[in-house]
Amino acid sequence: MTRSDLIVKLAERYPQLLGKDAELAVKVILDSMATTLTSGDRIEIRGFGSFALNYRPPRMGRNPKSGEKVQVPAKYVPHFKAGKELRERVDFPAV
Amino acid sequence: MTLTKAELADLLFEKVGLNKREAKDMVESFFEEIRLQLERGESVKLSGFGNFQLRDKPQRPGRNPKTGVEIPITARRVVTFHPSQKLKSMVETTYHGKSDN
Repeated sequence: MTRSDLIVKLAERYPQLLGKDAELAVKVILDSMATTLTSGDRIEIRGFGSFALNYRPPRMGRNPKSGEKVQVPAKYVPHFKAGKELRERVDFPAV
Repeated sequence: MTLTKAELADLLFEKVGLNKREAKDMVESFFEEIRLQLERGESVKLSGFGNFQLRDKPQRPGRNPKTGVEIPITARRVVTFHPSQKLKSMVETTYHGKSDN
């Protein structure tokens, strides 16, 4: 399922809304999730999961072409942990 | 501040003009559609944000950390999230750690 498939499914669930509303709703949700993470805050969605940043310490890397050593700076990467309901529903799919 | 479903519903009320009831339902449906898809064994790709994928993990030996007794960890299907290049670089360029820790 892609972002546009998701918009179609939501528009079908809410026939009273304009098609554009579902599209805008998906944009608003994903944009605010991304903004939250870029400011270093967490996202907690009960029944779905949580998103947070994980720290990656600086390390010595190597330029694969030249073999030269380079310092890779410390950084933060987004991390998702599935919530209980999602974990269970994925692991024991309803037949 | 931590982002939750309540804040997302407020944003849909403010920015999309849905009423409070619709906004709350829309947030719930957004995550439910993703769960339904993953439950069916299909991945979800949200451009600009990231992909949710499924991994089938075989049974492996485990151990009760308290008693040291060996018990197998059963085979299972788990969800993994891979942030998009866009989200990763947004985080990398903007966030450099809280000043207070």
